Amino acid sequence: MLEVSGLTKRFGGLAAVKDVSTSFERGRITAVIGPNGAGKTTFFNLVAGAYRPTEGIVRLDGEDVTGMRPDRMAMLGLARSFQTTTLFEDESVLDNLIVGHRLRTRSTLLDAILNTARARADNRECRRKAEEALSFVGLDHAADRVVADISQEEKKRVAFALALATEPRIVLLDEPAGGVNPEETAGLARLIRKMAESGLTVGLIEHKMGMVMGLADKVVVLDHGEKIAEGTPGEVSRDPKVIEAYLGADFALAGAGHAAM
Amino acid sequence: MSLFFQQVLNGLTLGSVYSLVALGLTLVYGILHIPNFSHGALFMAGAYAAFFASTALGANYWVALVFAAVVTAGIAVLSERLVFSRLRDKPPLHDMIAAIGLLLLIEAIAQAIWGADFHRLREPYPGIWQWLRINAGLVMPIQRGIIIAGAVVLMIALHLFLTRTTTGATIIAMAQNREGASLVGIDLTRVSMITFAISGALAAVAAVLFVPISLIFPAMGNLVILKAFVIIILGGMGSVPGAILGGMVIGLVESFGAFYVSTDMKDVIAFAALVLILSLRPEGLFPGYAR
Amino acid sequence: MSGLLSRRTLAVAAILAGLVYPFVVPNDYFVYVMALAYIYAIAALGLNLMLGYTGHLNLAHAAFMAIGAYTVGILTVDYGVPYWIAFLLAGVNAAALGFVAGIISLRLKHHYFSIFTLCIGIIVWLVIEKWDGLTHGVVGIMGIPAPTGIGPIRFDTTLAQYYLILAMLALALVVMDRIVHSLTGRAFMAIRNGEPLAEALGVPLMRTKVLSFVISVAYAGFAGALYAGFVRFLGPSIAAETNAFDMIAFILVGGLGTLSGPVIGAIMLTWATQSLQFLQDYRLLVFGPLLILLVMFMPKGIIGTLKARQAREAGERASAARREQAEADASADGRKAPAHA
Repeated sequence: MLEVSGLTKRFGGLAAVKDVSTSFERGRITAVIGPNGAGKTTFFNLVAGAYRPTEGIVRLDGEDVTGMRPDRMAMLGLARSFQTTTLFEDESVLDNLIVGHRLRTRSTLLDAILNTARARADNRECRRKAEEALSFVGLDHAADRVVADISQEEKKRVAFALALATEPRIVLLDEPAGGVNPEETAGLARLIRKMAESGLTVGLIEHKMGMVMGLADKVVVLDHGEKIAEGTPGEVSRDPKVIEAYLGADFALAGAGHAAM
Repeated sequence: MSLFFQQVLNGLTLGSVYSLVALGLTLVYGILHIPNFSHGALFMAGAYAAFFASTALGANYWVALVFAAVVTAGIAVLSERLVFSRLRDKPPLHDMIAAIGLLLLIEAIAQAIWGADFHRLREPYPGIWQWLRINAGLVMPIQRGIIIAGAVVLMIALHLFLTRTTTGATIIAMAQNREGASLVGIDLTRVSMITFAISGALAAVAAVLFVPISLIFPAMGNLVILKAFVIIILGGMGSVPGAILGGMVIGLVESFGAFYVSTDMKDVIAFAALVLILSLRPEGLFPGYAR
Repeated sequence: MSGLLSRRTLAVAAILAGLVYPFVVPNDYFVYVMALAYIYAIAALGLNLMLGYTGHLNLAHAAFMAIGAYTVGILTVDYGVPYWIAFLLAGVNAAALGFVAGIISLRLKHHYFSIFTLCIGIIVWLVIEKWDGLTHGVVGIMGIPAPTGIGPIRFDTTLAQYYLILAMLALALVVMDRIVHSLTGRAFMAIRNGEPLAEALGVPLMRTKVLSFVISVAYAGFAGALYAGFVRFLGPSIAAETNAFDMIAFILVGGLGTLSGPVIGAIMLTWATQSLQFLQDYRLLVFGPLLILLVMFMPKGIIGTLKARQAREAGERASAARREQAEADASADGRKAPAHA
């Protein structure tokens, strides 16, 4: 479980995130939503260690991890995907994923240069883990394709696989369904649900309200860096403050509609 | 005491040249988002253009200066049109390598035409300022006065252009704001071309002001451009006042360094300062200013 | 599997070609030029680790080559140190100075890093030129001894040195091959693709970048050491930034971030400039436009372009095979199904 309390980040005098407290529970999907510029990505960056919070505490399974570097956070089991994932376009999907499990290996560069048994074993392990992650996201068939040749939606799945290859306890997904069509969005939503069901803690930033309302167990709404609401999709979509933040009826309707589904 | 002021004068002369070069570099940084390594070659091209105008065409100093500014602005615009504008969506590494390619090309062309030998551009007004010598005991060649005055005039003109016109304001905004989020509806092509033209012209004028007390040779731009980089890191990438102030500081440091430390090591001083500063402050001296 | 096989075949063919080469060319001059190309190829291999794999443009690479060369020159000529000890110290010295430079410069963002390294290059060049007492200044270091023999093998002829340098290049390639295909090599590439993602995958940025930088400049240092023992004269010009630019051109021609690219680029460009004798003085006239045209129209270089096509075809073949397999399975199921019914 991941808990944040009183999380604040100021750039110069401007507070991008202001006194946000919430928690991400194991096996649950927690969505962070809010209008553009509400501070969602900054919030993720604070949690994942990319930015050091001005104030506040981040706890991962009870341990204080505030301001820890992202690579240390990854070691502790926090993985994330970004809005855009730059992959090595001319290499196969599988080869791109191998680096994902490196943090769990111990062989050094010297092992690699001398081609020791340990280096070979670690290489095999990373390849196996990459295949496993690829299979989890349903892309076995694309393992040998070069990244340049796969679709946008497949690239999204590769980004998930990369995060999964690190053997995380918690994954933070930043707009996982950006730029894919509705049908594919539904497929990605199923995949995210599957991740949660496998015991992962899932955090999610998404603009597609339909997806969020149908998928999230809990929704945290940010506006101007502050948390204005938190609760189930149904509760949040009826919250007047949320409706106001999103300028009205469109959202309430869409939200209610999907929540009803 | 007069020795001290002598160094101040020398420093201001050098600083004026550096500032003009750094100004163009800092403005172009806003367009390219990378250091334009070929900027030093523009400085050199300006010097050769003036040399050509005065020797082959028999132009007087001021005509040669204008000729050099126009020609160099043209080269800068061409490089923007033919190379940089086509690399806009490519990784920054590509721009940097292309800039190095341009530097090599312009330098090679100069060498192919004029050879590797040194050339001179005669001082338009030889001699020293008698008034200063008599009243203050300072030796100030007239050309040094022209350099400082020329730089001041250009800086004022540039300041007016940047603050009083929309195009100027856009250039400033681009130089300082890397994301360019506030630049909706701007004709990027036009702004880029103008910025490159200005940077080329500034480099050329700096060169033509400087060479009467120096020499013309194909690699003459290399040390100057490096110092200009030091200056814009000190002053903040994209900052106009930073470029001017930084130029003066480096000019003075060098002039005093050459006098009190060693002439041999004066070139090392600027770089050593940069290494020191970046070691202590990886974001430069004024990080907030540029980003 | 066929890719691996052809890779091995190509490597064997390349080594054979390298071995036979001195016997098919008319005179020693060709051997000499080729050996120089190999030396620059070793340095370019190192630069490519930083530029092609880790995504950082180090403009001080020639300076580190100079540091390696001068370490050998000064130690052997002024202090009578045996060549091979000086050779090792050249690599160590370049790596140690690279470590210090890396710790400072790699905290900087991309373009600051490039400017910073450009300045380091200039400082090294100026120091070599001005510090007469240590480096012999503009006069240079003359009479550097050739590598001392190992056992019965002597390195006092151009031919013998050619084979020594060829062996070093082969070793450099094998080590580089293992590095870039290792998990650490994958971490380098992850940094090149994007630092935030690399860090989120548990790659410690600073440590990994410094490691890449140190290995990279150690290659330059060893290349410089070979250069000193081969050319046997050193001047400040070896540290000039145009030398670093040349190496960038080698890498771009061959292929950024490919193993063999820098070697092929170094050999091709060295011969291109040699055969265009009249261009000798104006070689930058060719190199400049070449750099520009390459980044604009063929940023992957020769090997990179070939490799990309090959990988794509292999991927398509493998996927097609998988699909056929799946269809065969499906139709097999289909045939079984009616029997059940």
